[in-house]
Amino acid sequence: MKQRLLYLLPLAGFLAIAGYFAYGLTLNPQELPSALIDKPAPTFELAPLDDRTPGLATADLAGEPVALVNFFASWCVPCRAEHPILTRLAEVENVPLYGIAYKDEIADSIGFLNELGNPYDRIGVDQDGRAAIEFGVYGVPETYVIDRDGHIRFRHAGALTRQIIERDIMPLIEELRK
Amino acid sequence: MKAVLTAFVALFLWSLPAAAVQPDEMLADPTLESRAQALGKQLRCLVCQSESIEDSNADLASDLRVLVREKITEGLNDREIKDFLVERYGTYVLLNPPAQGSTLWLWLAPGILVALGGAAVVLILRRKSAAKGQGPAPLTPEEQARLAKLTGSDAGIDRNA
Repeated sequence: MKQRLLYLLPLAGFLAIAGYFAYGLTLNPQELPSALIDKPAPTFELAPLDDRTPGLATADLAGEPVALVNFFASWCVPCRAEHPILTRLAEVENVPLYGIAYKDEIADSIGFLNELGNPYDRIGVDQDGRAAIEFGVYGVPETYVIDRDGHIRFRHAGALTRQIIERDIMPLIEELRK
Repeated sequence: MKAVLTAFVALFLWSLPAAAVQPDEMLADPTLESRAQALGKQLRCLVCQSESIEDSNADLASDLRVLVREKITEGLNDREIKDFLVERYGTYVLLNPPAQGSTLWLWLAPGILVALGGAAVVLILRRKSAAKGQGPAPLTPEEQARLAKLTGSDAGIDRNA
């Protein structure tokens, strides 16, 4: 009897591995965890896009109970898609929103904002993408939630959706404002 | 015919694995450049995910290649450059996962499996050789007498002697 049960061992092993793989299939391989969660925002200093909106540096991030940093580019289609959602979030919730124009021609970034409206309180120009590397950005758009101490609390890679705002960002904003 | 074949083989041998690194990204010093390429092969392109930054044509991979070369020129060693990227992108940026935390199993599993398999082989072989040594019990004198009577000779006693 004992011998017979031993023969079931490979089957059990197979089921265990298959279970792991089945779970793995439910994960999104494109969604990488940020290495900077709960760490201070990286050091950077970016020139302004034009004289209408000030530039952006690390020191500007701290101080507010909560602030958003959004990497965008005029050539990025999902940025266009998330633009109204981002604008609404900044206006309705009155959250400071800082933009970083990622690897884009200055004239194109200005055109993008002239066309869709500028929701950003500050904009830094990151033409060589170095500030983005400091943040661990691997594509635009990416959005970061920064707390009062200038620490990164949340990162979303990809276009913001209403679902992500309601599920992840709004609860965090409320928590940080307490 | 032979010349064509030779030319074909020569062309085949001449071809090198394609790398994405652009001439303008390369360092002038060939030693440093080869160090940069060796290091780049160990770094994952975060966009394409299954390619190294040395193999990928993605924009970010190009930026990272330039960054790696800059850091090398600044005099940082490979460890420091890797640490710089891990700090920002997490250990996922390393194509060889570090032996720590959840990836520890990944590194230990081959050894554990070989040990388990080896133990199983030793056990099975031992059991087999033990079974061979036992065999059926030798005939008692009464049985031998009976066998001799049946066969009409003493040949049954021990043929192998």
